[in-house]
Amino acid sequence: MPLGAAEGGVVTTRLHIDWTRCDGHGSCAELLPELLGLDDFGFPVVRFAERDPAIPRRDEEAARHAVRSCPVMALRLYEPG
Amino acid sequence: MSTATPTTRTRLLLDGTGPDREAHLARYGPLPRSGCVDLLTTVQDSGLTGRGGGGFSTATKIRAVAASPRRPVVVGNGLEGEPLSAKDAVLLARNPHLVLDGLELLARALRARSAILALPEAADTTAIGVAAGDRGVEVVPLPGGFVAGQETALVNQLDGGPAMPRDPFTRVTDAGVGGRPTLVLNVETLAQLALVVRYGASWFTSIGVDDDPGSSLFTISGSVRHPGVVEAERGSVLRAVLAAAEPRKIGAVLVGGYHGAWVPASGLGVRLTDRELATYDASVGAGVLHVLDDSACPLAHAAEIVDYLASESAGQCGPCLNGLPRMADDLRRLAAGARDPALPGAIRRLSRLVTGRGACAHPDGSARFVASTLDVFRGHVAAHLEGWCPSAQRRAAS
Repeated sequence: MPLGAAEGGVVTTRLHIDWTRCDGHGSCAELLPELLGLDDFGFPVVRFAERDPAIPRRDEEAARHAVRSCPVMALRLYEPG
Repeated sequence: MSTATPTTRTRLLLDGTGPDREAHLARYGPLPRSGCVDLLTTVQDSGLTGRGGGGFSTATKIRAVAASPRRPVVVGNGLEGEPLSAKDAVLLARNPHLVLDGLELLARALRARSAILALPEAADTTAIGVAAGDRGVEVVPLPGGFVAGQETALVNQLDGGPAMPRDPFTRVTDAGVGGRPTLVLNVETLAQLALVVRYGASWFTSIGVDDDPGSSLFTISGSVRHPGVVEAERGSVLRAVLAAAEPRKIGAVLVGGYHGAWVPASGLGVRLTDRELATYDASVGAGVLHVLDDSACPLAHAAEIVDYLASESAGQCGPCLNGLPRMADDLRRLAAGARDPALPGAIRRLSRLVTGRGACAHPDGSARFVASTLDVFRGHVAAHLEGWCPSAQRRAAS
């Protein structure tokens, strides 16, 4: 059984950044500091180099907040599958 | 589904009959009528992969569109934005009907709403337009540019937008041209598919290697006596494929184009298949083989290419828009002999920084090329930092 399924059937939520929209306002990195930093140019960098990073349970609320707070609506949460 | 099997070893891509339909049918035989299930089975068994650069399974792509209840749009991608590639243009000139065959087979099997052939504006499309007209394929000339042929940028243009990639969150196989499921295949992939459906999967797999069957077109350029387009089996030895073009003194070969990677002169025995090329972080891609002479400074050459790549950014995504020009600057300084020991590390850091952070493959491909330049020409980099260039010495000695 794959590990994900063994974890009580919890579906992982992932964060997607629409790079064509992102203008580097930086509010997401402020609201999700565990997951996102900012690069030399002020654009978000995923801390563990995953294209669409999985959101740990404890960060889900903060992630939803970040999605709502992005002024150009460049972020979204989704469940793969 | 297999019919008359040709007896020659050539894969028939380049010895077409031009725009003459009758001659084409006489040469290749009639187009089989195959339903979606038959076509999918044959393409699946053939193991055909995309010849436009991505190398993705063609059957998987077709299946993604076939699964939709909506009638799809089928698009032949002939934009060929890579400056070192000419194989699509050569194929379209010599064998337009084979490309159209691929489009027609898919359009019929998938009951497509429309079939489109996208070509560069600059190309002479008169002959192909006439050939396509009575076959239900719409020829659409589009402006060029390096990223214009990226799948989402192509769809954007066909929807009347600019040549800019879209956010890939929504796949074009789900919602592409006009919101319809859209199948975009490179024109060589379509020609290969037309042969696979005519002559069968086992014909296709009778050459090439087990995990990468069939043949590919390769565009050979750079320091060679006879630049041009050749067809070769997948898995052919790089040195053997280059031989036809009569290379001069090989310093390295850029495999896969500006988004590709270098194979050093010591690696010319590598087979042109993704599994072996992975040693150099290269892949067959769109079949670009560019020979760098050993008297040319690879860093100067690479810096020019990265300058170009930076200028071709669509400018939509922050990391690409900002990161590529800085990467190009640093590489140019290193090539020009700035003896700053921090430069290689700074370039590497930037190449990692832009990777995976864009809507299309442009930052990732550019970063791959830059990282390969630093890896393969490590000695050269060290020499530049010491204030000399091995290629300049070779030029002086000869």
